[in-house]
This record gives sequence, C-alpha cells and structure tokens, in this order.
Amino acid sequence: MSLFDWFANRRKSEPISQERHEREIADGLWSKCSECGVLTYTKDLGANLMVCPECGFHNRVFSDERIRQLIDTNTWRSLDDHLNPQDPLEFRDRKSYTDRIRDTQTKTGLLDAVATGVGALAGLPVALGVMDFRFMGGSMGSVVGEKLTRMIERGTGDRRPVIIVCASGGARMQEGMLSLMQMAKISGALERHREAGLLYMPILTHPTTGGVTASFAMLGDVIIAEPKATIGFAGRRVVEQTLREKLPDDFQTSEYLLSHGFVDVIVPRTQLKKTLAQLIQLHQPLRHAEHHTAAMQVPDAFPLPTVTAD
Amino acid sequence: MSKPERRPLLDFERPLTELELRIVQIRDLADENEVDVSDEIQKLEARAAQLRQDIFQNLTPAQQLQVARHPRRPSTLDYIQAMTDEWIELHGDRATGIDDKALVGGVARLGGRPVVMLGHQKGRDTKDNVARNFGMASPGGYRKAMRLMNHANRFGMPIITFTDTPGAYAGVEAERLGQGEAIAYNLREMFRLEVPILSTVIGEGGSGGALGIGVGDRLMMFEHSVYTVASPEACAAILWKDAAKSPQAAEALKITAADLKRLGILDEILPEPIGGAHSDPLATAATLKAAILKNLETLDQLTGPQLKQMRYDKFRKIGMFSEVSA
Ligand SMILES: [Zn+2]
Repeated sequence: MSLFDWFANRRKSEPISQERHEREIADGLWSKCSECGVLTYTKDLGANLMVCPECGFHNRVFSDERIRQLIDTNTWRSLDDHLNPQDPLEFRDRKSYTDRIRDTQTKTGLLDAVATGVGALAGLPVALGVMDFRFMGGSMGSVVGEKLTRMIERGTGDRRPVIIVCASGGARMQEGMLSLMQMAKISGALERHREAGLLYMPILTHPTTGGVTASFAMLGDVIIAEPKATIGFAGRRVVEQTLREKLPDDFQTSEYLLSHGFVDVIVPRTQLKKTLAQLIQLHQPLRHAEHHTAAMQVPDAFPLPTVTAD
Repeated sequence: MSKPERRPLLDFERPLTELELRIVQIRDLADENEVDVSDEIQKLEARAAQLRQDIFQNLTPAQQLQVARHPRRPSTLDYIQAMTDEWIELHGDRATGIDDKALVGGVARLGGRPVVMLGHQKGRDTKDNVARNFGMASPGGYRKAMRLMNHANRFGMPIITFTDTPGAYAGVEAERLGQGEAIAYNLREMFRLEVPILSTVIGEGGSGGALGIGVGDRLMMFEHSVYTVASPEACAAILWKDAAKSPQAAEALKITAADLKRLGILDEILPEPIGGAHSDPLATAATLKAAILKNLETLDQLTGPQLKQMRYDKFRKIGMFSEVSA
C-alpha cells in the first residue's frame, strides 16, 4: 500500500459531518487541497511539509517554514536580517512604493523577499537563501540582491555549499534598473563561489520566473526543481501573445524543463533535505571525507514516514 | 544629412522636418529661378537649429524611448561599419543549429587594434526586421555571443558590446531552448573573462535580454538611449493594469541615461548630435569610436585579474537599501 493510499484510507475511516468540516477548515484544523479537494488534518499537512498526502500537490511554504524544513534545529544563524528596502526612484504607480513596502512589511512581518543565513543541513554546513513569495511576489530588488550576494560571499569564505530556494515573479520593477543589475551582481558572486570549487544548488519552486530564471536559478552545478512548479523566463501570457497560439499544457513546468535538459532532477519536498545532503556528500572529494565523518550520520530530522513520488 | 523626402517619423519631430522640408523647397525654387535667398535661408536654418535644440533638449522619458527606438537610429552593424578598418562577421553558437541574426558579432580592427565586437541587431526595414526578429535575440544568440567572448578572451582581444533590443525573445522555441539559462550563463561567465569589456547601449536596452551581453568594465549610453528593467508598456500593463499608462511608466522607471548616471549604474553618457543619433550617424559613430578607444587605453593598463576584480567591484556596489539596527 502506498502512503497516499494509507492517508486516503485513514481519512475515509473518519467520517465527519459537512458543517463540522467547514467549521474546522475555518478554524484551520483541516486544510482543503486546492488541487484535489481532499481534506487533510492541518497538523498532518505540516508534518508532510505541506505536500498533499492525497495528490502530492506542493502547497507554498514560506521562508521561515522552509528553513525549519531544511536546517537542523538550533543551527540556523540568519545573516543581514536588518537590510531594509528604500525607494530610490520615488516610484509611484497606483500606490507609492514606499507605502507598498510599509504595508507589505506590516502584513508579512518581513523586511523584504529573502531570508539568508548559514546552518547545518543534516549535519553539513551550508549557506542558504530562501526567497519568500509573500513579499511582493518574491520580486528581486536591491535588498534581495545584496542579501543573496553577501550570503554567497560568506559561503565562499567559509567554503560552504550554497543553496538558494527560488520563488519569484522576477525583477522588482519599482526599483527600476537597480533591480535588473542585481542579476549581474549575484551572478558575479556565484562565479567566485564556483571558482573556489564549491557546490551551488538552486531549488526551483513555484513560481520561478523572469530575472531570477535568467540568473541564479539557472546557474546551479545541480539544478533541483519541486514537482509541477512553474519555471520560465517570459511569462506564459507574454509567450501566448507573441505567438497567438495555444501552448502545451506542461509548458514551463518542472517536468517540461527536465525533459528539455534545463533541470537536473525533480525532487518532492519530502525528499529534499535527504537528497541535498546526499548531493553535498557526493561532491566532497574522498581525500577530504575524513573531515566530515561526523556529517555522515544524517540525523533523522523528520521522523514521519516519507512519501514516495509515484 | 537631412533629405527633403524624409518624412517625420515621430510626432514631436514633425515641426522640425516640416521646416527642413520648406528650406529645401525654397532653395530649389531659388536655384531654378536664379534668385538669391541666402539671407532667408540662413534665418530659416537658424530657426530650424533652435527648434531642433528645443525639441531634443526637453524630451520626456517616453519621447526618449521613441528616439531610442527610431527606425533610422544607427544599429550595431552601422556603427561597426562606420568605426572599423576591418570587419569579419562570425556566425553561429556551434550548438543550437540556427544562426541568430538578432545578435551579430565578429572580429574587427578598431583604431589599428584587433577587437571582438558584438551586439543586438535590429532591421533597417520591415523585411530586414522580420529576419532580425526586431533585435530580440534567442538563446542561440546569447550562446553565440558567449562563444565570441570566449574567443576574445583566448586571443587577448577586448570585447566591445552594443545593446539595442526591446528584450530577449519571448517565444515557445526560446523557452524550450533555455532563454533564461542562456542569459544567466553569460552573466556569470562575463565575470570570468580577463580581457577588457566595454558595453554601450546604442538604442534600447530591454531588460535581461540587454544585460545578457552587458556585464562590462565600463557601461556607456548614448544621450537618448534608454535602459529598462521592463518595457514601459509591460510595466504599465502590470502595475497600472493599463498599457496606455506607458508614458507614466517610462517616467517612473527612470530609464534615461541621465537617471542611470545618477543611480550609479552608468559610467558615461555619450552626447548625440542635436536631433538625435539618426540626424548624423557618422558624427555619432565618431563619438562612439573615440569613447571606446579612450576607455580601452585606460583598461589596457590593467592585468586580467585586476580587470576581473574591478568588474566585480563595479557591480557589487549597485543597489540602494538601508541597514536598520536590530
Ligand atoms: Zn491534493
């Protein structure tokens, strides 16, 4: 019996009245999958890393939770969490950028769209950046560029592998060309990290598009994608308008990129930490391996049964 | 340079082109009738000069964008032809199986020295524009550019790049062939090269498609060129939910050379003839050539590792943020 079946059977064995369901969804006790509609006990969903046990749908997770999922307890040291966006262009569309920043900060409790830091992943030291889609669609402005660059530089200095969890609509238009130039800045830092012989792995999550795709998302030594994420350079609608034709259903998905050779491997979130640890260890030259023997004992950070991809 | 048959292509150019046309007509009439109208002509020409200055010194960002996209604005190949003593175009990325005509490059002799030149290429007319895909390069174009830059690095030749694109091509084929990866790869690899890289926005610098050949030691822009994170049309559609707000977006996005100099992105503004580059392409090419040679002279003093360090530092400091105390 697959785990999906197991979860499904368990749910079926607990008949719950309709109104109680609705009340408990509202209470947040149960979560309804936006993909398959099946209800999952919210605690179970969280324990399954927000992946629907029924259909494998990957619900969005934000930076704090993603860090908890990947980094060993009590090993995370966040970097540069005091960087605050400015409004260098005094940009105003229907709303001023200054107001937009303030409102988004109040709503999300975040200063900008990326969390960076260093920590241990299954005992292995890493430098990690996690983009946060809640903050203006994970758009990349000066703060995102600066924090990622500092994190990569730190990774180079400490000789740590760098991992960036991508989730972004692209450049932050409200910062104009300053935003575009962050693509070059981060790529430059990655070149130095690479030159130092170190491993870089971007994780492409839904959605990874625009300027992020045209820079650090595609520069990994190993490029990992979560299942069924949207990944592309130009927006689907833009492409549709350019061609005035219907696009294939799987266009710009993780699976599409995998089959066209732009993603190395699709890894379900429930396997991500384990796979990253395995990849990091596979890239440690043997002659250095004895320094990392402690790291070989991967602690079982997630005691839950693992869900298989199929 | 102005020819009587020249139609005004931009609305704000109309009074000027009409006046220029009248001058030519009067001169022709005077010639036919052997009348001396030199005083009259002189006055009209002074007025035209004043008008040209008035128009081109007070362009709004949206108008700058129109000048930058002017169908007669000199293109990459126009500049290469006007500036170089020798030029051999080199084709292909050796991988995709298609030579991208929207991004051209090759080896040249400039001021006596061998260089690699490459840039986006818009068409000179509608038919040419279709062949050139309106200067929107495909992954194969960016990979050709990288191949040529590696070539330059191997033979110690400076790299001179020209930016003139509305953006990288957004099509199914481009996505399938990895448009994002192609640009990303160039961004990283340009930091690895140990030869001087000079980038100039000669017309329109459209987003990632522009930056994909634009990681230079020095960034120059012509006075009326623009460089944008997203086209004002796209930005208006997304942020204003109204594509007709594109003039406001052009204003808000800070896309002009003067703005980008202020923001610390641009190193040097190259002056254009009054009336724009298209009013005197040869003079404009001379300006560009002089600026390139002057900068190369400075960059020649640096070793490969010094160039890399300088390039890194240049981009490293771009961005504006504050550091709040925890
Ligand atoms: Zn589901």
